[in-house]
Amino acid sequence: MTQQNDTPPPHPALDDAPLFPRPTRRRVLTASSLALGGAGACTLAAPFLNSLRQTEARSAENTHEHAILDVTVQDLEPGSHKIVVWQGLPVAIQRRTPEMLRALEDPTLLTQLADPQSRIHQQPAEAENPHRSLRADYGVYITICTHLGCVPNYQDLASLPASGGFFCPCHGSQFDGAGRVLRNMPAPYNLPVPPLHFVDDNTIRLGESLLSPHYDITKIQQL
Amino acid sequence: MMNHTPTPPSHWLDRRLPFLRPFCRHMARFPMPPVNLLWTIGACLIAAFDLMIVSGIFLALHYQPDMTQAFESIEAIERRVPSGWLIRSIHAGGVSMLFAALYLHMGRGLWYGSYKAPRELVWLSGLIVMLLFMVTAFAGYVLPWGQMSYWGATVITHAVDAVPAIGHPLLVYLLGEETLGNIALHRFFILHFTLGFIIAALIGLHIICLHGTGSSNPTLDSPQPDKTTRPFAPLYVVKDSLAVCIFLALLAGLIFFLPGLLSKIDNITPANPLKTPADITPEWYLAPWFAMLRAIPSRLGGLIIAGSSLLVLFALPWLDISPRHNATYRPFIRIGMGLFFLAFLTLIVAGLQPATPLWAWISRGALLVWFLVFLVLLPFTAWQERKAAQSSQKDVQS
Repeated sequence: MTQQNDTPPPHPALDDAPLFPRPTRRRVLTASSLALGGAGACTLAAPFLNSLRQTEARSAENTHEHAILDVTVQDLEPGSHKIVVWQGLPVAIQRRTPEMLRALEDPTLLTQLADPQSRIHQQPAEAENPHRSLRADYGVYITICTHLGCVPNYQDLASLPASGGFFCPCHGSQFDGAGRVLRNMPAPYNLPVPPLHFVDDNTIRLGESLLSPHYDITKIQQL
Repeated sequence: MMNHTPTPPSHWLDRRLPFLRPFCRHMARFPMPPVNLLWTIGACLIAAFDLMIVSGIFLALHYQPDMTQAFESIEAIERRVPSGWLIRSIHAGGVSMLFAALYLHMGRGLWYGSYKAPRELVWLSGLIVMLLFMVTAFAGYVLPWGQMSYWGATVITHAVDAVPAIGHPLLVYLLGEETLGNIALHRFFILHFTLGFIIAALIGLHIICLHGTGSSNPTLDSPQPDKTTRPFAPLYVVKDSLAVCIFLALLAGLIFFLPGLLSKIDNITPANPLKTPADITPEWYLAPWFAMLRAIPSRLGGLIIAGSSLLVLFALPWLDISPRHNATYRPFIRIGMGLFFLAFLTLIVAGLQPATPLWAWISRGALLVWFLVFLVLLPFTAWQERKAAQSSQKDVQS
């Protein structure tokens, strides 16, 4: 801060030197070789990066078999539940008692929920109802916490009407018996509902919804 | 405190990595004698080796080192992994190009006497890299667990059996069980994968050794020796880059236009321990030593001869004591090296032919040339040349 000068520093005279000096022959050759070599390296990288993509399935038939799972619920007593694996995802199937169904519509519970009306697209249209399922007596949810992907345990919510419910051991997110997340929880969304329909009264077919054939779990808000 | 001007970025790095600038300067200004195009093969080898490492890592991402899954995982790489076929082709075609360049590189070293003092360490480290390349290539060939993989591995591991007294226990120890099975396959995979990185370190050592003494000068023994040197950059960078481009173009030609040339049909059949393929031949780059094993009627003898054929190369810097380097200006060595190259090519061809008495005799002839050139012709000529050089030096002094 010793010098205080009002006059601007000497400016290179633009008129003397050309703004873009003529590049030398060597400069042009070097730059174009490097550009070409770089393009070659990028081209070479393409198959390597490509190989990290999902490996193609063995056949289309396999993909279909993999996508559909028939689950018998004959053995399921009212109030009990079971966990099945569908497309590598854990799916909880609970059979509800009338008390559990009533608890799902209890006002004290509904005021505590983040999305009680299931407005966010985490389920097919036929499950956008108070019990959040195709049939009121069966609740079917993909038990992958919408926070960071842990698998919540089946557990009733403390100090709330017993509707079933899920508790995530990782960061403590709580969901009610219809997979709806409570307010102020780490998890932002309700648990996803898989596409399904009933083949008969005792068999649930996971992976295929008759009422919303275009419902796709890869296109919901968050899996 | 405004006079503290920010240091330019290059300065910033220099302060924290003080060796970087001297290193770059050393590489750019490394004095190169007037070498010819054969000296660019080293750069091609580095390019080939880099491709092998990268493609190998990407293959290892999909490969399963398990007897029941290995063959299937290779099939998956070929058919279902996106671009997997291309990566495997680069790896499988690259090994042939790598060995072709490696043998040319060594042939150049032999012809121009690059193995001689003061470059003994360059030669020895290069030979060790070559041996490790052979082991790595062999281990890699076992991994697909096809018929050729399995029976090739069976034959070579049973060579260990020929070692007196400790042979069989050693074989069982190396395989981890009595027969070639899951444990051995896993060991082959780890060996193949790890050796890649050990070779990378040894190539670094090889280059450090070279930079200690400098490249050999092919004109030194000619009537008009040219002792001028040029900095490595830019002339030799451009020459090496051109050679690498041609090398990669050849590799691409091999991969895309001749995919069936080097692959063996028997290896697309899963390994079957109950049926040996009718025609069992090694990869061409290991064929010379396979031919040696077949040419010697004794199992242990074949092993010793094949081993000695490589060991004799290690002794070259001390077998050839002549002050002259370049075979072009050493009439007897010129013939000798020419005969050796011919013998080497003959052994490659012999190793790929079915086992007949004729090829066995041709192999024996080639073997005889191999040892006569290195153990008789070379030391004797070198001794003569040194004597002549010493007497002429005395004449000049007197």
